Amino acid sequence: MRRKISLKPITLLLFLITFASFAKEGHSDGEPKSDIKTEIKEYIQHHLKDSYDFSLYSYTNDQGEHVYIGAPLPVILWDNGLQVFWSSKFHHGETVAEVDGNYYKSYHGKIYKTDASGTITYDDHHHPTNAKPLDLSITKNVFTIILVGLLMLYMFSSMAKSYRKGALPKGMGRLLEPIVLYIRDDIAIPNIGKKHYKRYMSFLLTIFFFIWIINLLGLTPLGVNVTNNIAVTLALALLTFFITNFTANKNYWGHIFWMPGVPWPMKIVLAPIELLGIFIKPFSLLIRLYANITAGHIVLMSIIGLMFIFKNWLGSSLSFGLAFALSLLELLVAALQAYIFTMLSALYFGSAVEEHHDH
Amino acid sequence: MEKLINEFSIGLFFWQLVLFVGLVLLLRKFAWKPILDAVEKREEGIKDALDSAEKAKLDMENLQADNEKLLKEARMEREAMLKEARDIKSKMIEDAKEEAQDQANKMIQQAQAAIEGEKKSAMAELKNHVAGLSIEIAEKVIREELSNKDKQVDLVESMLAETTLN
Repeated sequence: MRRKISLKPITLLLFLITFASFAKEGHSDGEPKSDIKTEIKEYIQHHLKDSYDFSLYSYTNDQGEHVYIGAPLPVILWDNGLQVFWSSKFHHGETVAEVDGNYYKSYHGKIYKTDASGTITYDDHHHPTNAKPLDLSITKNVFTIILVGLLMLYMFSSMAKSYRKGALPKGMGRLLEPIVLYIRDDIAIPNIGKKHYKRYMSFLLTIFFFIWIINLLGLTPLGVNVTNNIAVTLALALLTFFITNFTANKNYWGHIFWMPGVPWPMKIVLAPIELLGIFIKPFSLLIRLYANITAGHIVLMSIIGLMFIFKNWLGSSLSFGLAFALSLLELLVAALQAYIFTMLSALYFGSAVEEHHDH
Repeated sequence: MEKLINEFSIGLFFWQLVLFVGLVLLLRKFAWKPILDAVEKREEGIKDALDSAEKAKLDMENLQADNEKLLKEARMEREAMLKEARDIKSKMIEDAKEEAQDQANKMIQQAQAAIEGEKKSAMAELKNHVAGLSIEIAEKVIREELSNKDKQVDLVESMLAETTLN
Protein backbone atom coordinates (compact mmCIF):
# COMPACT_ATOMS: atom_id res chain seq x y z
CA MET A 1 0.00 0.00 0.00
CA ARG A 2 1.28 3.43 -0.81
CA ARG A 3 1.85 5.54 2.15
CA LYS A 4 1.23 9.12 1.40
CA ILE A 5 1.24 10.78 4.73
CA SER A 6 2.31 10.35 8.25
CA LEU A 7 -0.05 11.18 11.07
CA LYS A 8 2.46 10.27 13.67
CA PRO A 9 3.44 13.72 14.85
CA ILE A 10 0.77 14.87 17.18
CA THR A 11 2.25 18.28 17.61
CA LEU A 12 0.58 21.13 15.95
CA LEU A 13 3.57 22.12 13.88
CA LEU A 14 4.38 18.83 12.25
CA PHE A 15 0.75 18.12 12.00
CA LEU A 16 0.02 21.27 10.06
CA ILE A 17 2.89 20.61 7.70
CA THR A 18 1.67 17.13 6.89
CA PHE A 19 -1.88 18.36 6.77
CA ALA A 20 -1.01 20.95 4.17
CA SER A 21 0.95 18.53 2.02
CA PHE A 22 -1.72 15.90 2.31
CA ALA A 23 -4.55 18.19 1.45
CA LYS A 24 -2.89 19.18 -1.77
CA GLU A 25 -1.81 15.71 -2.74
CA GLY A 26 -5.07 14.06 -1.83
CA HIS A 27 -6.99 16.50 -3.92
CA SER A 28 -4.87 16.16 -7.02
CA ASP A 29 -4.95 12.38 -6.86
CA GLY A 30 -8.71 12.39 -6.43
CA GLU A 31 -8.58 9.33 -4.20
CA PRO A 32 -11.82 8.04 -2.68
CA LYS A 33 -12.49 8.86 0.94
CA SER A 34 -12.58 5.25 2.11
CA ASP A 35 -8.90 4.97 1.32
CA ILE A 36 -8.09 7.74 3.74
CA LYS A 37 -10.27 6.11 6.35
CA THR A 38 -8.54 2.76 6.10
CA GLU A 39 -5.25 4.50 6.01
CA ILE A 40 -6.06 6.35 9.20
CA LYS A 41 -7.33 3.16 10.79
CA GLU A 42 -4.18 1.32 9.87
CA TYR A 43 -2.13 4.24 11.01
CA ILE A 44 -3.76 4.17 14.44
CA GLN A 45 -3.23 0.42 14.65
CA HIS A 46 0.37 0.93 13.74
CA HIS A 47 0.80 3.67 16.29
CA LEU A 48 -0.57 1.52 19.09
CA LYS A 49 1.91 -1.24 18.28
CA ASP A 50 5.45 -1.60 19.35
CA SER A 51 8.12 -1.27 16.70
CA TYR A 52 11.69 -2.44 16.17
CA ASP A 53 13.06 0.97 15.36
CA PHE A 54 12.65 4.38 16.85
CA SER A 55 11.00 6.16 13.95
CA LEU A 56 9.84 9.71 14.51
CA TYR A 57 7.93 10.00 11.26
CA SER A 58 7.99 8.81 7.70
CA TYR A 59 7.01 10.23 4.35
CA THR A 60 7.07 9.32 0.70
CA ASN A 61 9.49 11.26 -1.42
CA ASP A 62 9.11 12.33 -5.02
CA GLN A 63 10.44 9.03 -6.32
CA GLY A 64 7.72 7.19 -4.43
CA GLU A 65 10.17 5.77 -1.89
CA HIS A 66 9.42 5.63 1.81
CA VAL A 67 11.72 7.75 3.84
CA TYR A 68 11.85 7.04 7.56
CA ILE A 69 13.23 9.54 10.01
CA GLY A 70 14.48 7.78 13.12
CA ALA A 71 17.07 5.38 14.42
CA PRO A 72 17.31 1.57 14.34
CA LEU A 73 17.31 -0.35 17.63
CA PRO A 74 19.01 -3.64 18.46
CA VAL A 75 17.07 -6.83 17.83
CA ILE A 76 17.85 -9.60 20.28
CA LEU A 77 16.58 -13.08 19.43
CA TRP A 78 17.06 -16.43 21.09
CA ASP A 79 16.97 -18.97 18.32
CA ASN A 80 19.26 -21.83 19.28
CA GLY A 81 21.74 -19.22 20.35
CA LEU A 82 21.74 -15.51 20.83
CA GLN A 83 21.20 -13.43 17.70
CA VAL A 84 21.79 -9.72 17.95
CA PHE A 85 21.55 -7.35 15.01
CA TRP A 86 20.26 -3.87 14.20
CA SER A 87 16.67 -3.53 13.19
CA SER A 88 17.82 -1.59 10.13
CA LYS A 89 18.30 -5.03 8.53
CA PHE A 90 14.52 -5.37 8.25
CA HIS A 91 14.20 -2.12 6.35
CA HIS A 92 10.95 -1.45 8.18
CA GLY A 93 9.53 -4.85 7.42
CA GLU A 94 10.18 -4.57 3.74
CA THR A 95 13.09 -6.99 3.51
CA VAL A 96 14.23 -10.22 5.09
CA ALA A 97 17.06 -10.00 7.58
CA GLU A 98 19.78 -12.57 7.20
CA VAL A 99 21.85 -13.36 10.27
CA ASP A 100 24.30 -16.29 10.39
CA GLY A 101 22.37 -18.21 7.77
CA ASN A 102 18.99 -17.70 9.47
CA TYR A 103 16.33 -15.56 7.87
CA TYR A 104 13.93 -13.41 9.85
CA LYS A 105 11.07 -11.28 8.76
CA SER A 106 9.17 -8.69 10.69
CA TYR A 107 5.48 -9.13 10.00
CA HIS A 108 2.73 -7.18 11.80
CA GLY A 109 5.08 -6.24 14.57
CA LYS A 110 6.38 -9.74 15.21
CA ILE A 111 9.52 -11.46 14.07
CA TYR A 112 9.12 -14.80 12.26
CA LYS A 113 11.69 -17.22 11.02
CA THR A 114 11.43 -17.57 7.26
CA ASP A 115 13.32 -18.86 4.29
CA ALA A 116 15.60 -16.69 2.19
CA SER A 117 12.72 -15.21 0.20
CA GLY A 118 10.71 -14.34 3.29
CA THR A 119 7.73 -16.61 2.68
CA ILE A 120 5.12 -16.61 5.37
CA THR A 121 2.58 -19.40 5.53
CA TYR A 122 -0.84 -18.86 7.07
CA ASP A 123 -3.31 -21.08 8.83
CA ASP A 124 -7.11 -20.97 8.36
CA HIS A 125 -7.48 -17.88 10.53
CA HIS A 126 -4.83 -16.03 8.54
CA HIS A 127 -2.33 -16.39 11.36
CA PRO A 128 1.27 -17.01 10.33
CA THR A 129 2.45 -20.52 11.11
CA ASN A 130 6.15 -19.71 10.83
CA ALA A 131 8.35 -20.40 13.85
CA LYS A 132 8.72 -17.48 16.23
CA PRO A 133 12.09 -17.15 17.94
CA LEU A 134 12.12 -15.85 21.52
CA ASP A 135 12.18 -12.13 20.97
CA LEU A 136 13.96 -10.04 23.59
CA SER A 137 14.63 -7.09 21.32
CA ILE A 138 15.18 -3.61 22.57
CA THR A 139 12.09 -2.32 20.85
CA LYS A 140 10.86 1.23 20.81
CA ASN A 141 8.91 0.60 24.03
CA VAL A 142 11.81 -1.09 25.79
CA PHE A 143 14.02 1.76 24.69
CA THR A 144 11.51 4.24 26.12
CA ILE A 145 11.35 2.32 29.39
CA ILE A 146 15.14 2.49 29.66
CA LEU A 147 15.02 6.19 28.83
CA VAL A 148 12.39 6.88 31.48
CA GLY A 149 14.36 4.81 33.98
CA LEU A 150 17.50 6.84 33.33
CA LEU A 151 15.54 10.06 33.52
CA MET A 152 14.04 9.07 36.85
CA LEU A 153 17.41 8.00 38.19
CA TYR A 154 18.84 11.36 37.21
CA MET A 155 15.88 13.37 38.55
CA PHE A 156 15.59 11.69 41.91
CA SER A 157 19.25 11.09 42.65
CA SER A 158 19.93 14.78 42.00
CA MET A 159 16.99 15.60 44.24
CA ALA A 160 18.42 13.30 46.92
CA LYS A 161 21.80 14.99 46.58
CA SER A 162 20.32 18.44 47.12
CA TYR A 163 19.23 17.36 50.61
CA ARG A 164 22.83 16.91 51.63
CA LYS A 165 23.44 20.64 51.40
CA GLY A 166 20.44 21.67 53.45
CA ALA A 167 17.06 20.70 54.76
CA LEU A 168 15.27 22.10 51.74
CA PRO A 169 15.56 20.65 48.24
CA LYS A 170 16.96 22.69 45.39
CA GLY A 171 15.97 22.89 41.76
CA MET A 172 13.88 19.99 40.51
CA GLY A 173 13.46 18.70 44.05
CA ARG A 174 11.26 21.67 44.87
CA LEU A 175 8.76 20.53 42.30
CA LEU A 176 9.05 16.85 43.10
CA GLU A 177 9.04 17.01 46.88
CA PRO A 178 5.36 17.93 47.27
CA ILE A 179 4.44 15.01 45.02
CA VAL A 180 6.66 12.61 46.96
CA LEU A 181 5.14 13.88 50.20
CA TYR A 182 1.65 13.61 48.74
CA ILE A 183 2.24 9.95 47.92
CA ARG A 184 3.58 9.36 51.41
CA ASP A 185 0.99 11.33 53.37
CA ASP A 186 -2.15 10.86 51.28
CA ILE A 187 -1.65 7.52 49.58
CA ALA A 188 0.73 5.35 51.60
CA ILE A 189 0.06 6.29 55.21
CA PRO A 190 -3.78 6.39 55.13
CA ASN A 191 -4.00 3.09 53.21
CA ILE A 192 -1.17 1.07 54.70
CA GLY A 193 -0.81 2.59 58.13
CA LYS A 194 2.05 4.32 59.90
CA LYS A 195 3.60 1.08 61.07
CA HIS A 196 4.19 -0.66 57.75
CA TYR A 197 4.13 1.99 55.03
CA LYS A 198 7.89 2.48 54.87
CA ARG A 199 8.77 -0.78 53.16
CA TYR A 200 6.28 -0.10 50.36
CA MET A 201 7.33 3.49 49.70
CA SER A 202 10.02 2.64 47.13
CA PHE A 203 7.62 0.66 45.01
CA LEU A 204 4.78 3.17 45.29
CA LEU A 205 6.93 6.16 44.46
CA THR A 206 8.63 4.41 41.57
CA ILE A 207 5.42 3.12 40.07
CA PHE A 208 3.69 6.48 40.36
CA PHE A 209 6.43 8.46 38.69
CA PHE A 210 7.12 5.72 36.14
CA ILE A 211 3.52 5.52 34.95
CA TRP A 212 3.07 9.26 35.03
CA ILE A 213 6.22 10.11 33.10
CA ILE A 214 5.72 7.36 30.58
CA ASN A 215 2.10 8.41 30.05
CA LEU A 216 3.19 12.00 29.52
CA LEU A 217 5.84 10.81 27.09
CA GLY A 218 3.06 9.04 25.19
CA LEU A 219 1.46 12.45 24.61
CA THR A 220 4.58 13.93 23.07
CA PRO A 221 5.18 13.84 19.33
CA LEU A 222 7.78 11.12 19.84
CA GLY A 223 4.93 8.72 19.26
CA VAL A 224 5.97 6.36 22.03
CA ASN A 225 3.20 4.48 23.64
CA VAL A 226 4.24 2.17 26.42
CA THR A 227 1.38 1.83 28.89
CA ASN A 228 -1.05 0.74 26.20
CA ASN A 229 0.82 -2.54 25.93
CA ILE A 230 -0.80 -5.21 28.00
CA ALA A 231 2.63 -6.76 28.58
CA VAL A 232 3.77 -3.61 30.38
CA THR A 233 0.69 -3.24 32.54
CA LEU A 234 0.74 -6.97 33.28
CA ALA A 235 4.32 -6.73 34.50
CA LEU A 236 3.44 -3.81 36.78
CA ALA A 237 0.26 -5.42 38.12
CA LEU A 238 2.12 -8.68 38.67
CA LEU A 239 4.60 -6.86 40.87
CA THR A 240 1.74 -5.44 42.93
CA PHE A 241 0.28 -8.95 43.13
CA PHE A 242 3.53 -10.52 44.31
CA ILE A 243 4.34 -7.79 46.80
CA THR A 244 0.82 -7.98 48.24
CA ASN A 245 0.86 -11.72 48.69
CA PHE A 246 4.46 -12.11 49.80
CA THR A 247 4.20 -9.48 52.48
CA ALA A 248 0.75 -10.52 53.65
CA ASN A 249 0.28 -11.45 57.30
CA LYS A 250 -1.79 -14.16 58.96
CA ASN A 251 -4.76 -11.85 59.32
CA TYR A 252 -4.92 -11.32 55.54
CA TRP A 253 -4.94 -15.03 54.73
CA GLY A 254 -7.41 -15.57 57.53
CA HIS A 255 -9.80 -13.15 55.87
CA ILE A 256 -9.47 -15.00 52.60
CA PHE A 257 -9.77 -18.64 53.60
CA TRP A 258 -11.73 -18.45 56.85
CA MET A 259 -13.58 -15.15 57.04
CA PRO A 260 -14.04 -14.31 60.67
CA GLY A 261 -17.37 -13.20 62.02
CA VAL A 262 -19.64 -15.06 59.59
CA PRO A 263 -21.38 -18.43 60.06
CA TRP A 264 -19.36 -21.41 58.86
CA PRO A 265 -21.38 -22.25 55.73
CA MET A 266 -20.76 -18.70 54.59
CA LYS A 267 -17.07 -19.14 55.26
CA ILE A 268 -16.99 -21.99 52.75
CA VAL A 269 -18.86 -19.92 50.19
CA LEU A 270 -16.70 -16.87 50.72
CA ALA A 271 -13.33 -18.61 50.51
CA PRO A 272 -13.33 -19.22 46.71
CA ILE A 273 -14.71 -15.73 46.09
CA GLU A 274 -12.00 -14.16 48.21
CA LEU A 275 -9.38 -16.37 46.57
CA LEU A 276 -10.55 -15.20 43.18
CA GLY A 277 -10.37 -11.65 44.48
CA ILE A 278 -6.63 -11.99 45.00
CA PHE A 279 -6.25 -12.35 41.25
CA ILE A 280 -9.02 -10.03 40.17
CA LYS A 281 -7.64 -7.07 42.09
CA PRO A 282 -4.31 -6.84 40.22
CA PHE A 283 -6.06 -7.89 37.01
CA SER A 284 -8.31 -4.85 37.28
CA LEU A 285 -5.18 -2.75 37.68
CA LEU A 286 -3.63 -3.98 34.47
CA ILE A 287 -6.82 -3.72 32.45
CA ARG A 288 -7.65 -0.25 33.77
CA LEU A 289 -4.31 1.26 32.87
CA TYR A 290 -4.12 -0.51 29.52
CA ALA A 291 -7.68 0.34 28.50
CA ASN A 292 -7.56 3.97 29.58
CA ILE A 293 -4.37 4.78 27.76
CA THR A 294 -5.28 2.78 24.66
CA ALA A 295 -8.73 4.35 24.47
CA GLY A 296 -7.27 7.81 24.94
CA HIS A 297 -4.80 7.30 22.11
CA ILE A 298 -7.36 5.78 19.76
CA VAL A 299 -9.88 8.56 20.33
CA LEU A 300 -7.30 11.29 20.09
CA MET A 301 -5.81 9.92 16.90
CA SER A 302 -9.23 9.30 15.41
CA ILE A 303 -10.17 12.91 15.97
CA ILE A 304 -6.91 14.02 14.44
CA GLY A 305 -7.70 11.69 11.54
CA LEU A 306 -11.10 13.35 11.20
CA MET A 307 -9.38 16.56 10.21
CA PHE A 308 -8.01 14.80 7.16
CA ILE A 309 -11.35 13.28 6.33
CA PHE A 310 -13.32 16.52 6.59
CA LYS A 311 -10.85 18.53 4.55
CA ASN A 312 -12.88 21.68 5.02
CA TRP A 313 -12.28 24.61 7.29
CA LEU A 314 -15.28 24.03 9.54
CA GLY A 315 -14.95 20.30 10.19
CA SER A 316 -11.21 20.36 10.39
CA SER A 317 -11.06 23.27 12.77
CA LEU A 318 -13.76 21.69 14.92
CA SER A 319 -11.76 18.47 15.00
CA PHE A 320 -8.70 20.45 15.83
CA GLY A 321 -10.45 22.10 18.76
CA LEU A 322 -11.71 18.76 19.91
CA ALA A 323 -8.28 17.18 19.60
CA PHE A 324 -6.81 20.05 21.58
CA ALA A 325 -9.38 19.68 24.36
CA LEU A 326 -8.87 15.94 24.38
CA SER A 327 -5.12 16.36 24.62
CA LEU A 328 -5.64 18.41 27.75
CA LEU A 329 -7.90 15.70 29.09
CA GLU A 330 -5.26 13.11 28.30
CA LEU A 331 -2.77 15.12 30.33
CA LEU A 332 -5.11 14.72 33.27
CA VAL A 333 -5.66 11.05 32.52
CA ALA A 334 -1.91 10.47 32.45
CA ALA A 335 -1.60 11.67 36.04
CA LEU A 336 -4.91 10.18 37.11
CA GLN A 337 -4.03 6.68 35.95
CA ALA A 338 -0.69 6.87 37.72
CA TYR A 339 -2.51 8.02 40.84
CA ILE A 340 -5.13 5.27 40.63
CA PHE A 341 -2.55 2.55 40.06
CA THR A 342 -0.52 3.76 43.03
CA MET A 343 -3.56 4.32 45.21
CA LEU A 344 -5.00 0.84 44.57
CA SER A 345 -1.61 -0.81 45.01
CA ALA A 346 -1.32 0.94 48.36
CA LEU A 347 -4.84 -0.22 49.23
CA TYR A 348 -3.95 -3.84 48.46
CA PHE A 349 -0.72 -3.58 50.44
CA GLY A 350 -2.74 -2.09 53.26
CA SER A 351 -5.12 -5.02 53.31
CA ALA A 352 -2.15 -7.40 53.31
CA VAL A 353 -0.61 -5.94 56.45
CA GLU A 354 -3.77 -4.94 58.27
CA GLU A 355 -3.63 -5.82 61.94
CA HIS A 356 -6.27 -7.97 63.52
CA HIS A 357 -9.40 -6.19 64.73
CA ASP A 358 -12.22 -7.56 66.79
CA HIS A 359 -15.33 -7.69 64.68
CA MET B 1 -9.23 -10.96 23.64
CA GLU B 2 -7.59 -13.24 21.09
CA LYS B 3 -5.99 -10.20 19.54
CA LEU B 4 -4.68 -9.17 22.92
CA ILE B 5 -3.11 -12.55 23.54
CA ASN B 6 -1.76 -12.58 20.03
CA GLU B 7 -0.17 -9.21 20.44
CA PHE B 8 1.24 -9.99 23.85
CA SER B 9 4.96 -9.49 23.65
CA ILE B 10 7.04 -11.74 25.89
CA GLY B 11 10.08 -9.62 25.22
CA LEU B 12 8.39 -6.42 26.34
CA PHE B 13 7.01 -8.16 29.41
CA PHE B 14 10.44 -9.49 30.28
CA TRP B 15 12.16 -6.16 29.84
CA GLN B 16 9.48 -4.25 31.71
CA LEU B 17 9.73 -6.61 34.65
CA VAL B 18 13.51 -6.62 34.78
CA LEU B 19 13.97 -2.93 34.14
CA PHE B 20 11.26 -1.89 36.57
CA VAL B 21 12.53 -4.07 39.40
CA GLY B 22 16.02 -2.75 38.70
CA LEU B 23 14.68 0.79 38.71
CA VAL B 24 12.90 0.29 42.03
CA LEU B 25 16.06 -1.12 43.63
CA LEU B 26 18.34 1.58 42.23
CA LEU B 27 15.96 4.39 43.15
CA ARG B 28 15.51 2.97 46.61
CA LYS B 29 19.22 3.08 47.21
CA PHE B 30 20.06 6.36 45.52
CA ALA B 31 16.89 8.38 45.80
CA TRP B 32 13.95 7.30 47.91
CA LYS B 33 15.84 6.38 51.04
CA PRO B 34 17.92 9.56 51.22
CA ILE B 35 14.95 11.72 50.23
CA LEU B 36 12.52 10.22 52.71
CA ASP B 37 15.13 10.19 55.47
CA ALA B 38 15.99 13.83 54.84
CA VAL B 39 12.33 14.82 54.79
CA GLU B 40 11.66 12.90 57.97
CA LYS B 41 14.63 14.46 59.69
CA ARG B 42 13.46 17.88 58.63
CA GLU B 43 9.93 17.20 59.83
CA GLU B 44 11.22 16.04 63.18
CA GLY B 45 13.32 19.18 63.42
CA ILE B 46 10.27 21.30 62.68
CA LYS B 47 8.23 19.39 65.21
CA ASP B 48 10.90 19.82 67.87
CA ALA B 49 11.18 23.51 67.13
CA LEU B 50 7.42 23.91 67.36
CA ASP B 51 7.31 21.96 70.60
CA SER B 52 10.02 24.07 72.18
CA ALA B 53 8.33 27.23 70.95
CA GLU B 54 5.11 26.05 72.55
CA LYS B 55 6.98 25.31 75.75
CA ALA B 56 8.62 28.74 75.71
CA LYS B 57 5.20 30.29 75.20
CA LEU B 58 3.84 28.36 78.15
CA ASP B 59 6.78 29.42 80.30
CA MET B 60 6.24 32.99 79.23
CA GLU B 61 2.60 32.75 80.15
CA ASN B 62 3.48 31.34 83.54
CA LEU B 63 5.97 34.10 84.06
CA GLN B 64 3.41 36.66 83.08
CA ALA B 65 0.88 35.16 85.46
CA ASP B 66 3.49 35.27 88.22
CA ASN B 67 4.23 38.87 87.44
CA GLU B 68 0.57 39.68 87.52
CA LYS B 69 0.23 37.99 90.85
CA LEU B 70 3.23 39.81 92.26
CA LEU B 71 1.90 43.08 90.98
CA LYS B 72 -1.46 42.42 92.53
CA GLU B 73 0.12 41.54 95.83
CA ALA B 74 2.25 44.66 95.74
CA ARG B 75 -0.80 46.72 94.98
CA MET B 76 -2.68 45.19 97.84
CA GLU B 77 0.23 45.75 100.16
CA ARG B 78 0.47 49.37 99.11
CA GLU B 79 -3.22 49.76 99.71
CA ALA B 80 -2.90 48.24 103.15
CA MET B 81 0.05 50.45 103.94
CA LEU B 82 -1.78 53.54 102.83
CA LYS B 83 -4.78 52.59 104.91
CA GLU B 84 -2.61 52.00 107.92
CA ALA B 85 -0.87 55.32 107.41
CA ARG B 86 -4.22 57.04 107.12
CA ASP B 87 -5.39 55.37 110.31
CA ILE B 88 -2.23 56.33 112.11
CA LYS B 89 -2.57 59.86 110.86
CA SER B 90 -6.16 60.23 112.04
CA LYS B 91 -5.30 58.56 115.30
CA MET B 92 -2.39 60.93 115.80
CA ILE B 93 -4.61 63.89 115.03
CA GLU B 94 -7.17 62.53 117.43
CA ASP B 95 -4.57 62.03 120.10
CA ALA B 96 -3.08 65.40 119.53
CA LYS B 97 -6.50 67.00 119.74
CA GLU B 98 -7.25 65.18 122.96
CA GLU B 99 -3.95 66.12 124.43
CA ALA B 100 -4.39 69.69 123.39
CA GLN B 101 -7.84 69.69 124.91
CA ASP B 102 -6.43 68.30 128.12
CA GLN B 103 -3.63 70.80 128.08
CA ALA B 104 -6.07 73.58 127.40
CA ASN B 105 -8.37 72.40 130.14
CA LYS B 106 -5.50 72.18 132.51
CA MET B 107 -4.31 75.61 131.51
CA ILE B 108 -7.78 77.00 131.92
CA GLN B 109 -7.99 75.39 135.32
CA GLN B 110 -4.61 76.79 136.23
CA ALA B 111 -5.65 80.18 134.95
CA GLN B 112 -8.87 79.97 136.90
CA ALA B 113 -6.96 78.96 139.99
CA ALA B 114 -4.51 81.82 139.41
CA ILE B 115 -7.42 84.22 138.87
CA GLU B 116 -9.02 82.93 142.02
CA GLY B 117 -5.75 83.40 143.89
CA GLU B 118 -5.24 86.84 142.39
CA LYS B 119 -8.81 87.70 143.26
CA LYS B 120 -8.29 86.53 146.80
CA SER B 121 -5.08 88.41 147.18
CA ALA B 122 -6.69 91.45 145.54
CA MET B 123 -9.57 91.18 147.98
CA ALA B 124 -7.20 90.87 150.87
CA GLU B 125 -5.27 93.87 149.59
CA LEU B 126 -8.50 95.73 149.14
CA LYS B 127 -9.56 94.77 152.63
CA ASN B 128 -6.22 95.96 153.92
CA HIS B 129 -6.56 99.10 151.87
CA VAL B 130 -10.08 99.63 153.15
CA ALA B 131 -8.88 99.00 156.68
CA GLY B 132 -6.05 101.48 156.15
CA LEU B 133 -8.52 103.87 154.60
CA SER B 134 -10.86 103.33 157.49
CA ILE B 135 -8.09 103.91 159.90
CA GLU B 136 -7.07 107.03 157.96
CA ILE B 137 -10.62 108.22 157.92
CA ALA B 138 -10.98 107.39 161.47
CA GLU B 139 -7.78 109.28 162.16
CA LYS B 140 -9.04 112.22 160.09
CA VAL B 141 -12.40 112.03 161.79
CA ILE B 142 -10.86 111.88 165.16
CA ARG B 143 -8.66 114.82 164.23
CA GLU B 144 -11.62 116.77 162.88
CA GLU B 145 -13.65 115.91 165.93
CA LEU B 146 -11.01 117.35 167.89
CA SER B 147 -11.38 120.66 166.06
CA ASN B 148 -15.04 120.87 165.10
CA LYS B 149 -17.60 118.73 166.65
CA ASP B 150 -20.34 119.35 164.15
CA LYS B 151 -18.28 119.00 161.14
CA GLN B 152 -16.86 115.88 162.59
CA VAL B 153 -20.29 114.38 162.94
CA ASP B 154 -21.20 115.32 159.39
CA LEU B 155 -18.09 113.81 158.02
CA VAL B 156 -18.53 110.61 159.87
CA GLU B 157 -22.07 110.38 158.71
CA SER B 158 -21.21 111.00 155.04
CA MET B 159 -18.31 108.67 155.18
CA LEU B 160 -20.34 106.00 156.75
CA ALA B 161 -22.95 106.43 154.12
CA GLU B 162 -20.31 105.85 151.52
CA THR B 163 -18.88 102.91 153.35
CA THR B 164 -22.17 101.14 153.69
CA LEU B 165 -22.67 101.57 150.01
CA ASN B 166 -19.43 99.77 149.48
